Amino acid sequence: MNSEKVIEVSGLSKKFKEVRAVNNLNINVHKGDVFGFLGPNGAGKSTTIRMLLSLINPDQGKIKIFNKSLSKNRIEILRKIGAIVESPDFYGYLSAYKNLEIIGKISGKEISGKRIMEVLEMVGLDKRYKSKVKTYSHGMKQRLGIAQALIHNPDLIILDEPTTGLDPQGMKEIRDLIIHLSKDEKKTIFLSSHILYEVELVANRMIIINKGATIIEGEVKDLLNTADLKVTFEVNDPHKAKNLIQDKIWFSKLDSVVDNKLIFNITTDEIPPLNRYFVENAVDVKAIVPKRSLEEFFLNITESAG
Amino acid sequence: MLTLIKIEIYKIFKKWRTYISFIAIGVLIPIIHIAMMIEGEHSIDYMTRNLKQSFIFVGNLLNGYLISYVILNSLVVHIPFLIALVAGDLLAGEATAGTYRIIITRPVSRFKIICSKFFAGIFYTNLLVLFLAVMSLGLGILIFGTGELIVLKSSGIIIFERGDVFWRFLAAYAFASLSMSVVAGLAFLFSSLVENAIGPIVSTMAIIIIFIIISAINVEFFQSIRPYLFTTYMNSWRLLFDNPLNLKEILESALILLSHSAIFFAATVYIFNKKDILS
Repeated sequence: MNSEKVIEVSGLSKKFKEVRAVNNLNINVHKGDVFGFLGPNGAGKSTTIRMLLSLINPDQGKIKIFNKSLSKNRIEILRKIGAIVESPDFYGYLSAYKNLEIIGKISGKEISGKRIMEVLEMVGLDKRYKSKVKTYSHGMKQRLGIAQALIHNPDLIILDEPTTGLDPQGMKEIRDLIIHLSKDEKKTIFLSSHILYEVELVANRMIIINKGATIIEGEVKDLLNTADLKVTFEVNDPHKAKNLIQDKIWFSKLDSVVDNKLIFNITTDEIPPLNRYFVENAVDVKAIVPKRSLEEFFLNITESAG
Repeated sequence: MLTLIKIEIYKIFKKWRTYISFIAIGVLIPIIHIAMMIEGEHSIDYMTRNLKQSFIFVGNLLNGYLISYVILNSLVVHIPFLIALVAGDLLAGEATAGTYRIIITRPVSRFKIICSKFFAGIFYTNLLVLFLAVMSLGLGILIFGTGELIVLKSSGIIIFERGDVFWRFLAAYAFASLSMSVVAGLAFLFSSLVENAIGPIVSTMAIIIIFIIISAINVEFFQSIRPYLFTTYMNSWRLLFDNPLNLKEILESALILLSHSAIFFAATVYIFNKKDILS
């Protein structure tokens, strides 16, 4: 990990009337990171991103990007950022090509036709570059959103739910694109999502927020440590299964028994011997469901927010 | 900045609603011309029937100048709606479409964004008034020719010589542009407050109608606030058809209208700079 900070947010807060959207949030993103910004819907992700892009003025807190204060160096900072904020919206009465040309000009850069076609090809829209955007599907607009974020070759790319509305193939392509931008083009990526799995596949660091505040933050590999696994064994006779392991090491790792399910805090390596032990002692195992505690935890806050 | 203004003008003229105004004027004015071809002489006779008992009228009284004067009198009240239609959409339209995010996340100051949109709106306003001038005066002269202009005032009747009229019309249309720029400024201000273009259009028209009604009611209180209403000066182009010209009053009216435009613009800049973009 590079120690150079690209985004440094401290004590960030924003209130809309009586609703506290962001509450004393601290974020540090380092150069070269693919930083996952996770939280359920309504957690304050988009509000935070809007503050990072100066669409919204914070009530409190400091935002430094590229080691400079955003409030004092807005234009200089935005020159090096490409972003998608929530749903991708464009001038529907113009073509994709014209939209990108205008965006380039607003950015103060004369973007060449070659570059426009290059990014359109990158997101798979090169064949429809002349079509008016109002004829595009949501997924196509999402791709165009990514194209506009990349058009001026920024150093920091902020993506707010970039795979929303895409089909599985499209989602995979976007993930591959993120990996390509990070590994090959050395971009720093700030990826907001409400899907843990999506972040897990591409990010090296992440933060989970809920109700505008930090819940947990760290390296993805640490946070998703397999040692944290909760494994559910669904059996035909839970009492018999529980009695069988009374004098075994597994008993100390039994977390709970719910209906015909025994939930253990064990590693993946311990699953086969335990399964074998049950089967050899005439306990039928109907299903084994491994779930990481972070995943379960995230699912819980997502469900409670939903 | 010039690039931004060009982009905004391009966006305005890529929208269908922009052409509604031009189509409306392009259809309405020829209809007025046709009506004047059919009924014009009768109207002139009716207008001058008392005077004909004392004076002899010679020359072409039903001419392009007279028709243009009539149109200017009647349309300058309705043109604000056509102006608000586009100016009210300049900022609110971006909010409705969600495209504020595209512009404001770019390395350009909010002040420049506002300036470019405002000037594009003023460009459209002036172009529309120019189109009105070409359609009413140009087409009028083409169909009816030129002649003396007869103007009825509360103080009496003024007849301008043929050679003394054209420049007055040019100045009158320039003044009408200034009046309409105030309307554009007001619609633009309302446009910065909301996220739907209907609100600014309705609000602008409501303000204009209320101010006109207040001005028309002959109550001392209303008459005392009349000088502070911009609508009072919107028809000051008529001062250019006085003889002799009251230059001081014309300049004062122009200055007041300019001040209103500047105030509306400054208020828009202040509001937009503080605005949280939530759309």
